[in-house]
Amino acid sequence: MPELLEVKDLKIEATSYPPGEDPVRITIVEGINFTLERGKVLGLIGESGAGKSTIGLSALAYGRGGVEITGGQALLDGEDLLAMNRKEIRAIRGAKVCYVSQSAAASFNPAHRIGDQVIEASLRHKLMTKAEARERAAYLFDILGLPEPESFGKRYPHQVSGGQLQRAMTAMALCSRPDLIVFDEPTTALDVTTQIDVLAAIKLAIEKTETAALYITHDLAVVAQVSDDIMVLRDGAMVEYGPTEQIIEQPEEDYTRALVNVRSIKHQEAADQKRKYFEMSGIHAAYIGGVKVLNDVSLHVPKGQTLAIVGESGSGKSTLARVATGLLPPMAGEVRIEGEPLPAALKQRSRDQLRRLQLIYQMADTAMNPRQTVGQIIGRPLTFYEGVRGAERDRRVQELLDQIEMGEGYIDRYPAELSGGQKQRVAIARALAAKPEIIICDEPTSALDPLVADGILHLLLDLQKKKGLSYIFITHDIAIVRAIADSVAVMYQGELVRFGPKSEVLSPPFDDYTDLLLKSVPEMHLGWLEEVLATRKIESAGN
Amino acid sequence: MRLKEIPISVWIGMTGIIVALICAFFAPWIAPYGETEVVGDVWAPASDQFFFGLDNLGRDILSRMIFGARTTLFVAFCATLLSFTLGIVMSFIAATNRGWIDLGLSRFNDLMMSIPTLIFALVVLATLPQNMPTLIIVMAVLDSTRVFRLGRAVALDVAVMDFVEAARLRGEGTAWVILREILPNTLSPLLAEFGLRFAFAILFVSTLSFLGLGIQPPTADWGGMVKDNKDGIIFGISAALVPGAAIAILTICVNLVVDWLLRRTSSLKGGRGDA
Amino acid sequence: MTPQSLFRPFVAFSRQFPLAANILRRLLLSFVLLWAVTVMIFIGVEALPGDFATTYLGQSATPEAVANIRSELGLDQPLLTRYVTWLGDAVSGDFGNSWASGQSVSEQIGKRLGNSLFLAFFAALVAVPLSVGLGLLAVRYRNRIPDKIINILSLAAVSLPEFFVGYLLIMVFVVTFPTAIFPSTVYDGMDFLTRLESIALPVATLVLVVLAHMMRMTRAAIIQVMSSAYMETAELKGLDGLRIIIKHAAPNALAPIINVVALNLAYLIVGVVVVEVVFVYPGMGQYMVDAVTVRDLPVVQACGLIFATIYIALNMTADILAIIANPRLRHPR
Repeated sequence: MPELLEVKDLKIEATSYPPGEDPVRITIVEGINFTLERGKVLGLIGESGAGKSTIGLSALAYGRGGVEITGGQALLDGEDLLAMNRKEIRAIRGAKVCYVSQSAAASFNPAHRIGDQVIEASLRHKLMTKAEARERAAYLFDILGLPEPESFGKRYPHQVSGGQLQRAMTAMALCSRPDLIVFDEPTTALDVTTQIDVLAAIKLAIEKTETAALYITHDLAVVAQVSDDIMVLRDGAMVEYGPTEQIIEQPEEDYTRALVNVRSIKHQEAADQKRKYFEMSGIHAAYIGGVKVLNDVSLHVPKGQTLAIVGESGSGKSTLARVATGLLPPMAGEVRIEGEPLPAALKQRSRDQLRRLQLIYQMADTAMNPRQTVGQIIGRPLTFYEGVRGAERDRRVQELLDQIEMGEGYIDRYPAELSGGQKQRVAIARALAAKPEIIICDEPTSALDPLVADGILHLLLDLQKKKGLSYIFITHDIAIVRAIADSVAVMYQGELVRFGPKSEVLSPPFDDYTDLLLKSVPEMHLGWLEEVLATRKIESAGN
Repeated sequence: MRLKEIPISVWIGMTGIIVALICAFFAPWIAPYGETEVVGDVWAPASDQFFFGLDNLGRDILSRMIFGARTTLFVAFCATLLSFTLGIVMSFIAATNRGWIDLGLSRFNDLMMSIPTLIFALVVLATLPQNMPTLIIVMAVLDSTRVFRLGRAVALDVAVMDFVEAARLRGEGTAWVILREILPNTLSPLLAEFGLRFAFAILFVSTLSFLGLGIQPPTADWGGMVKDNKDGIIFGISAALVPGAAIAILTICVNLVVDWLLRRTSSLKGGRGDA
Repeated sequence: MTPQSLFRPFVAFSRQFPLAANILRRLLLSFVLLWAVTVMIFIGVEALPGDFATTYLGQSATPEAVANIRSELGLDQPLLTRYVTWLGDAVSGDFGNSWASGQSVSEQIGKRLGNSLFLAFFAALVAVPLSVGLGLLAVRYRNRIPDKIINILSLAAVSLPEFFVGYLLIMVFVVTFPTAIFPSTVYDGMDFLTRLESIALPVATLVLVVLAHMMRMTRAAIIQVMSSAYMETAELKGLDGLRIIIKHAAPNALAPIINVVALNLAYLIVGVVVVEVVFVYPGMGQYMVDAVTVRDLPVVQACGLIFATIYIALNMTADILAIIANPRLRHPR
């Protein structure tokens, strides 16, 4: 009996249409080979642009937006999907092979009830009667942990939460009893504490229904929990392919090794954390419309140390940064540097007060004016705060570029001509140009490739040592916190849940929320998911 | 930008615009006869002497077309420039200040736009004195509502970007934020909009003149020339079609260039309504 | 009672019935807008420079004559008083008497409004299916030859002034190949078919003028729907093309298309003005243009108000249909 899916020498190309020029053919994926047995799960892992979604969709003989599969074979039960005509492939899609996308919210048709959409493929392919399909949908809703499985299908997509919709999409894929499901980053858009439940539900459903799956993700720790084999991809080519255990425990390629030990930084926590250099005390804040987003938050960071603020989206951690910078004046409370209170509103702060506190953004792309050169971007704070101009300014800019390890030849470039990591380095240089004392880093590495992110973190720690900078590091990634923080603040729904030295905050005994948060972060070892589910104190907050 | 990236349609468009501009600037030297000079019989057919023939009063149509280019382009250009200045200044004030100023300006703009432009112009022109400055101001004020809407949308798009916030956090003043951070990033959609508004202004001034409410005789302008000669149509005299075609061709030329500009900046959104 | 507790019943109502609340809000907005338009058309216009009595009698009129005519027309009353009287009369359908002819404005408008709507209705009847069909065709062959041809032609069509299209049609279909009627006169007691025949050319002109706009907007609206993720989901379910379009695209595309149609009908109303002048058609547009030329203010104000009302009503209809088509409002949480 042949393998369920056998992909041979796959080649995928895309056509791009630059304005005013002839169309250009680009090779996205080349030379991909793998096999998948019935009932097994293969993880495809790589950064965005690695071509993993494109490979996954080839199992449905589908190319998204101008993408074309131009070479190789994709054999399903020995029959080549890529050689089939439209009618034949239509009979496969939704019946034998199904798809779960990253954004279930956009993938459900807003005009129809969830239940009708879940059973649609099974009915149209005449696989079961309407009554049978409804019964199966309810069964799947049940094993996926959705509330009121009998009536859940009567709701419209906008009436349920994102985590629920992602499960419903899994039910939609499972309903027709397919041989193969392609999961395309099914938990990436979810909060970390919701992700674990959806992940567990998907894993359980795969086991119970004995379907095979291609599981696509950028998170190796996640894929390690569900897959039997893993293929590591980079720039459209295969890096390494093997059983999950081997990939996680004995990776052979450098790239894979880097992915496995992503956080190579070891930072010794500072001993003395009592001195309050930068301080926020008793902060209450609300946006226009009166929704309170911060409730009595007090924290501080000593000179030359790093305070990490962790929490999920909606926890108020970014609002805290807006209060600190004066963008959002608090309703009550005070922000102080060296005991001296800062005016609440940005406009009342002096130029020197503004200089001392700088901000680094998550998206370096939007944080820099695309119409200014690197020299203008880094040079402006020099002119603005110190009045440095002309050749002296160029010299200082180059000095800063050297400090961020970029060297010569960048001054006249525009941001669009830089890589993601280089952009973030320029953003750091812009902050440094102000000679700040405190830098607020708002998830500066979460949009970057793990290897690049690692370099940025090293750079930040280096600069801290050399210049005695204090960092307030906002993140949702516990691994980063472990790597670089001296003290940690845990935020949940606008409240400070826990605050203190890293060693205390990240050690038991835990409060319920910190326990949930810490346990929800996927860890790079096999069987982690089962361990966590067995020991958790509370269910996730998002459901 | 490299020249060979520019498609052929844009070259055609630019050529048309340049020809019209040359006519407008050098009308007295190019035109074979005077603007109001009667040189022959009423509606004399085209001949070697009179390229397009003569009009309803026996004036040379080609000469009046050339002088008309000057009037039509001048009024359309002044109106667009004024409407743009007004619309952009107001919309940037609204977008950077937000709050009550934004709310007030936006609501007033909605109100102005709730009356169709042509109808509004007719109502206003029924009372105002008929002269060229009035005409330009009326056209500009009515059209600035469209510019305001686009300008506000584009400015808001840019104003929420992190680099604008970064400039504010640095302590930069409003002037720097608008001129150095926002404006450079809105130039290309605004340029396209300028072309679009200019094309609309040509059509609009011609329509008003055609209705007898725009530029007053004996000054030549293309819309007015259609009106002067329209009675000849039924006798098969095509004198009215020549200026009509000129309006159409010039507008197409402008739109060809604008269409290309818009496609180059399709990532930036914004309305293009011109009802 | 605090302002917040005052609003509470409204907030509760809009939570429970978001659809009804949104429609009510939109209706209310239209009425406010309409009222503001009356203020602009009456008070705004009269505040502009220019004295009507002088215009009416000419520059050489004696002061006594001017004073006489002012009191005759009621211009000696305070502006606000005149506005309130005018608005009250207008609401009950009385727009006063024309300064030029002395006849009742409402009576004269009545017949002409019917003629204009007759013209616009038949133009819409042709233009709507044609442009939606062409829009669909352009999407079906997106970025291919038919789409490009349609795109270029529509670019040309939006650039043509209405009067040029009109006279071109007259030149071709009346002068060169005499098949159509000019001028497009209609009168009482004219039978339906003759009436249709006489409006053939103005209808064709209006269709050409509005077609390109409507088609371009339809194309954009459908492309927006077709590129959404749920269309990909439907495709990956292995559904056949017809079902994808009927079941998944149509319910979502309907709202934007209705919106496009309503907006362009509003455009049609304006287009009527020029087309009526070209074809000497006895509609409201021509009536208004004539009135503006002789500065017959009551007629201008009445026509302006009616055009604005139709325009506002069509825009409102477009928005309300979009609200009704939104499943989030139809099925609240």
